[in-house]
Amino acid sequence: MTILLSLIQAICILLGIVILAALLTWVERRLLGFWQDRLGPNRVGWEGTLQVVADMVKIFFKEDWTPPFAEKKLFILAPVIVMATLLLGFAIIPFTPSIGIAADLNIGVLFFLGMTSLSVYGVVLAGWASNSKFSLLGGMRAAAQMISYEVFMGLALIGVVMLTGSFDMVDIVKAQAGLWFVVPQFFGFVLFLIAGIAEAHRLPFDLPEGENELGAGFHTEYSSMKFGMFFVGEYAGIVLISAMTVVLYFGGWQGQFLPPGLWFALKVSVFIAFFILLRAALPRPRYDQLMSYGWKLMLPLAIVNLAVTGAVILG
Amino acid sequence: MYIYSALRTAWLTFLHLFHATETVQYPEQKPKLSPRYRGRIVLTRDPDGEERCVSCYLCAAVCPCDCIDLQKTSEPDKWIPEYFRINFSRCIFCGFCEEACPTSAIQLIPDFEMSEYNRQSLVYEKENLLIAGTGKVPDYNFYRVAGVKGAGANAAPVDPRGLLP
Repeated sequence: MTILLSLIQAICILLGIVILAALLTWVERRLLGFWQDRLGPNRVGWEGTLQVVADMVKIFFKEDWTPPFAEKKLFILAPVIVMATLLLGFAIIPFTPSIGIAADLNIGVLFFLGMTSLSVYGVVLAGWASNSKFSLLGGMRAAAQMISYEVFMGLALIGVVMLTGSFDMVDIVKAQAGLWFVVPQFFGFVLFLIAGIAEAHRLPFDLPEGENELGAGFHTEYSSMKFGMFFVGEYAGIVLISAMTVVLYFGGWQGQFLPPGLWFALKVSVFIAFFILLRAALPRPRYDQLMSYGWKLMLPLAIVNLAVTGAVILG
Repeated sequence: MYIYSALRTAWLTFLHLFHATETVQYPEQKPKLSPRYRGRIVLTRDPDGEERCVSCYLCAAVCPCDCIDLQKTSEPDKWIPEYFRINFSRCIFCGFCEEACPTSAIQLIPDFEMSEYNRQSLVYEKENLLIAGTGKVPDYNFYRVAGVKGAGANAAPVDPRGLLP
């Protein structure tokens, strides 16, 4: 009975995430519009809320085209990997004290890192299996960028793990009852956020897509719902990174007066809006700049942060 | 330095949330068009209610996209177009015809909502183009200013071969 209940809960959460990710396409376009002194899509439904439905109908009825030169099996597998790994990443997010699929997994943080690392496979395989030069370049960029930013993402959030003494997400949230980890781990937070943006390959780190130089990067050859899965996967990635930031550094569900679920949703939406704001505001760096930021600036900073945190804890 | 400028630009972009939007929501909210706006082309009448067009062909000659077609014919004492058609699927609304017209007959008005489902419907005939009033030039009557009423309007057309040396 409990198994059945938790199964139903898991399905509800995953469906909610997918629907939220789809809705985010509309939220992003509206917010980008406002930030560029436009209105954005506001025609379909109340203030454009049904735009998602219109887009879905459109994308489902497009021709699902697999190019004859593509590596068929991997071509079909790649979007599935991206979507599945990002959705699996939500398994360890504690939404409230009681809601969460496997929130008290004792290797929660490692599971999250593992799933985001696996999602690189989806992008790289998409680039390779498409068998076209734009896709391959995008896939190569994705591989280099995501692997190098993964390194200091892991190092950045080890600070939180050191302070808590646990990989368990619920423990991490409970350890922030007095003080959110954003205060003692401010540099860790900044590094994690930057790595998270690169991990979700959002602007300004969306070089794998780089539409003005690579067509659409790794998903140039994709169409219809296979493209849609990359798209929803990208937004699910934003939600995942935002949720992780909130859980690790902003006290998860904790907060005064409001119910915990609402607090969590509020904090996550602030970060989602921040991601969109970055897209509206920042240009993309050159590719070599991106790599040198990662290896020459972020990685040493993460190591220094780690060393100082360790020294403080021991001292 | 990069961090500072990145945060500053993000903050300035965020403030645009509270700016007024530039968008004009067109079908509900009409744009403000000046009286000189170059939209649909009309043929006007003089204050006496007669057609102003004297079918001099200047508009058709100046038209850069050859969208005006007309044929001269004559009534007693004056020239009028037998037919006058404008193909609005070719017209670029440059207003050259209005500037070329010696009698202020052809004028452009601030109306641009002329979409059609059928391309053929964009060819406007004389009865579609003619309006009842004088348009932008209220008191002008070409024949009264010229002083003559179409002298030689009914003379036989010039034989170009007869002009050869």
